[in-house]
Amino acid sequence: MKKRSLTLVERMTIAIPFTWLATFLALPLVSVAALSIHVVADSIPPVAPLFSVSQGHLALHASMRSFQMVFEDPLYFAAFRNALANAALTATGCLLIGFPIAFAIARSPAGRRNLYVLLAILPFWTSFLLRAYAWMGLIRDSGPINALLLTLGIISKPVAILYSPTAVLLVMIYSYLPFFVLPMYAVLEKLPADLLAAASDLGARPAYVFRTVTLPLSMPGIVSGAILVFVPAVGEYVIPELVGNNSTMLIGGILWDEFFQNRDWPLAAAIAVVTFGLLMLPALLLRRRFGQLATVAG
Amino acid sequence: MNDLQQRPWQTVALVLGFAFLYTPILWIIYFSFSGDLPGGGGSQFSLHWYRALLANTELGDAAYRSLVLALLSSAIAAPLGTLAGIGLAQVERFPGRSIMIALLAIPIFAPEILLGFSFLMLFASAQALTGWSQGKGMLTLVIAHATLGAPIVASVVFARVSGRDRSLEDAARDLGARPLRVLATVTVPLAFPGILSGWLLAMTLSFDDVVTSSFLAGPENTTLPMAIFSGLRVGLDPQINAVGTLMVVGVAAIVGISFAAMRLGLLSSWLRKRPPDQM
Repeated sequence: MKKRSLTLVERMTIAIPFTWLATFLALPLVSVAALSIHVVADSIPPVAPLFSVSQGHLALHASMRSFQMVFEDPLYFAAFRNALANAALTATGCLLIGFPIAFAIARSPAGRRNLYVLLAILPFWTSFLLRAYAWMGLIRDSGPINALLLTLGIISKPVAILYSPTAVLLVMIYSYLPFFVLPMYAVLEKLPADLLAAASDLGARPAYVFRTVTLPLSMPGIVSGAILVFVPAVGEYVIPELVGNNSTMLIGGILWDEFFQNRDWPLAAAIAVVTFGLLMLPALLLRRRFGQLATVAG
Repeated sequence: MNDLQQRPWQTVALVLGFAFLYTPILWIIYFSFSGDLPGGGGSQFSLHWYRALLANTELGDAAYRSLVLALLSSAIAAPLGTLAGIGLAQVERFPGRSIMIALLAIPIFAPEILLGFSFLMLFASAQALTGWSQGKGMLTLVIAHATLGAPIVASVVFARVSGRDRSLEDAARDLGARPLRVLATVTVPLAFPGILSGWLLAMTLSFDDVVTSSFLAGPENTTLPMAIFSGLRVGLDPQINAVGTLMVVGVAAIVGISFAAMRLGLLSSWLRKRPPDQM
């Protein structure tokens, strides 16, 4: 096919959103990177200008102090470690709960699959704050889950689930579950049925078929789903704030506090830059599958 | 996979999975009609919390502000995202394509706290340099929410446009339609179901947003999620159950409408004897 030049309309369909994204998305990220080397000052905004002119000389006020703090203070290291561990556990939980759901939907009669998918997305459309709030009621000491466990005789006195790391993990798995189920379903639905049928016709037991055929073919879905849960989960702030306790600090909460409580903008910016750098790698793995995102979005 | 037999574990997985997803929502609805605090003992039907909510002008103002914000920001996100999705699907190579894809992917992936903080830093730098954005809380909120919503619209529209053959556009062009006319009368209408669902998604995300809003909104333009969040940090407030139930009803209505619109879209394309393209 001969290469033709783009029409004006084609140029505009790209130029308009590109300009918007460059201005309101790329530029903010650049300003955070720039802010991370600023020096704190007692002013509004609470940073000193990067350059100043005094007596005809241009002076540069830049400092690596924020990055030094992030890398040297064990508090931040622990917060990064906790956040990464919490996100990894969330992704694992979503895999363990989400895979059977996605698999069962994909194996349902064709006429019912769309309804099931809709049912799996619907909670995602309601306010996630309210769902977190509902969990606060469900897992509190006098809530129905403790009542059920007491009635069944599994526990003899209420367990404190609310305001614990367990509660954070539970509510995070719950909130991020649709992000895993949808890409997983998109892959499982396209799994060729004849391949599975052939394997069992040739005498393979269900467990063997699953391990040697189903699982390898589902890997793309597992990987996209896990990344789609893991990356945003690393920076989660709201859920740990609502149902966690203060002893396990995560990096999202640290950034929030440095910004809102300590008003240390450069330090918050350095934390943001490091978090962003940490998350670039898994995100790049998925960048090439832009179209797949649509299955997640709706 | 039609002819595969249903195994009992599949039913169990579906029942348990949906029970897990819906228990918290049913819990909220149930307690919104009860006179007790959630977790309390015996309860009877009451509209007490709804009456309390009606009298609560603070939450009412916040809800109105959130609604305006969701409508305005999604009204910007939808055309922006539509252009981006169509552009990426139709122009296969152009300089900066991978940058544009990366920029569209960032709001979908990146933790929201990084984005919210970045938006504020942009507006703070702009204010330090030029004075602009001083006291423009609502405008900055609309811009930020539109930026978060546009990539969602773009990904849905992209999937819809790129999965379809382009013979209709070619035909329109061969018959003499100008590029703008082809875009407005062929490409956009065909992508409309995608645009609509992306639009609704951008709207609900904006209406639900707490982190980005917290960075940008001053005390004078608190949004509904911000009001709920600050209430929840203090403790449980049964009025929130009533808010939640109203929101569930609203979302159900929106989803119902969009589902009906999708069905209608399918119906009309079937009536025109056009194979319905991928949903």
